[in-house]
Amino acid sequence: MYSQGLIGAGSDNTETPEFLTAFQARIDADEKIEPNDPMPAAYRKTLIRQIGQHAHSEIVGMLPESNWITRAPTLRRKVALLAKVQDEGGHGLYLYSAAETLGVSRKEMTEELISGRAKYSSIFNYPTQTWADIGAIGWLVDGAAIMNQVPLCRCSYGPYARAMIRVCKEESFHQRQGYEIMFTLAEGSAAQKDMAQDALNRWWWPSLMMFGPPDGDSLHSDQSTLWKIKRFSNDELRQKFVDATVPQALRLGLTLPDEALAWNEAEGRYDYGEIDWDEFWSVVKGHGPLNKDRVAVRKKAWDDGAWVREAALAYARKRAARAATPLVAE
Amino acid sequence: MHAPLFAALIRLADDHLILGHRLSEWCGHAPMLEEDLAMPNIALDLIGQARALYSYAGDIEAAGRDEDLLAFGRLERDYQNLLICELPNGDFAQTMLRQFYFASFMLLFWAEAEGSSNATVAAVAAKAVKEAKYHRRHCGEWVIRLGDGTEESTLRMQEACFVLEPYLGEFFAVDDVAIEMSKASILPNPQSLRGAWLADVCEVFVSAKLQAPDLTHAHKGGRQGRHTEAMGHLLAQLQYMQRSFPNMTW
Ligand SMILES: [Fe+2]
Ligand SMILES: [Fe+2]
Ligand SMILES: [Fe+2]
Repeated sequence: MYSQGLIGAGSDNTETPEFLTAFQARIDADEKIEPNDPMPAAYRKTLIRQIGQHAHSEIVGMLPESNWITRAPTLRRKVALLAKVQDEGGHGLYLYSAAETLGVSRKEMTEELISGRAKYSSIFNYPTQTWADIGAIGWLVDGAAIMNQVPLCRCSYGPYARAMIRVCKEESFHQRQGYEIMFTLAEGSAAQKDMAQDALNRWWWPSLMMFGPPDGDSLHSDQSTLWKIKRFSNDELRQKFVDATVPQALRLGLTLPDEALAWNEAEGRYDYGEIDWDEFWSVVKGHGPLNKDRVAVRKKAWDDGAWVREAALAYARKRAARAATPLVAE
Repeated sequence: MHAPLFAALIRLADDHLILGHRLSEWCGHAPMLEEDLAMPNIALDLIGQARALYSYAGDIEAAGRDEDLLAFGRLERDYQNLLICELPNGDFAQTMLRQFYFASFMLLFWAEAEGSSNATVAAVAAKAVKEAKYHRRHCGEWVIRLGDGTEESTLRMQEACFVLEPYLGEFFAVDDVAIEMSKASILPNPQSLRGAWLADVCEVFVSAKLQAPDLTHAHKGGRQGRHTEAMGHLLAQLQYMQRSFPNMTW
């Protein structure tokens, strides 16, 4: 989902100025860079970091929603949620594959995630407390993801751009599905409306934080913009999201938890209140409500599954050594 | 109302819902990302089949109960799934072995039900048979890989065989409902599938280097609503929303 942050991406250019100029010329001509093309080490490193963080976000993002699969209120909702969480796993898989084209393995990326060193979108460090959170996540979190990802469909790195085209179609389906859950709650009983309002209150600000720090503080935006990895600034994307989402909230009859929110006629956009950047940085640095739990759950799945992966490898080796016969007859 | 048909549909629907529920618990926690996609996929098929069966049961009953009231609105004693479906997942070996046993049985069951005298049952079967074929292959492959993988995976698969063995006989138990269904050529007699099922399991077990199961000692009771201690906890989750907020639209 979420190209936020890119905290600590370094650039150790040893390439010649001619090489860098020629590379930039390809970018400026809107050529797609493909896996076997020459590219600056910093470009590769930035992409590995960004695609890796994005993949981790998809995978960790499965957890808050899978928390409600066994408790979904109807069979229709249960099936839709299972399919949605499965889609997110699929996004993780395409993205790990896209990152692998840059020379990093899925295993290495996974080990970084479970060691707690890798970043992923901070929003997933918040708990899903009620069924309405499933609606709010689809509507707001997938909605914010779309704002971030639609421009990435034109990203200069071919495999990432192509993965994003496929992912964006599914994310917009998730967004509509989430909104429809919220709509049903908003039309429902007083208890359901309260549940919807409460979820909006809790998810609104973390959703705005998904776009990353304000433009003045973002470390990597300038170079990423030149390389056409990033097409809009964090604040531009955040504003687009606010402008698209406020009317949707009004249609639900819900109140956004921001007293400063107001239509700015002169600018043709919504003004919104100050984001709590202390909270943002605290969650990014590992101190959110569930950072430790999310990583621990991923680590447990990986560690508990080690014997399965080893057995699959061992069997494949044995089988390669034997004649090729179908594993299970049709 | 056709009471035996209603009972038979509820049994089948409960099998699929409860097993699909168990399988969905893995979502986000699988040993590898590919299985984080495959297990929800199978769970989706199972819950989809449950929906078709509950809806039809609701039509037969004609008492205004829809799929959700049937799925969420009953007491534990009224659920009639096979006990094997409600057992906690255990490790990945136990999960895959259970899924293989069930898929192998259901493939035979649905294949025969495709020729049902009841058109709705035949239509459900025609779709389900394709899905069960994939489930059986996917899970059967894991039974073989794990059975003949490493020392640890072999031990775990043997342990899974041991744990699940007492729950196998119930697949083939026959009572008045089952006899009625088979007499009317609506659903197969489970007893008649036992030989083919055992042959299928044994074929996979030979490749997996596992010992054929012994069906002599069988726990029964699921079809009469006599469940294991795990069932109430499963229902506490399954029914949480409908119990907390009854009679609402979601
Ligand atoms: Fe995403
Ligand atoms: Fe996604
Ligand atoms: Fe999504």
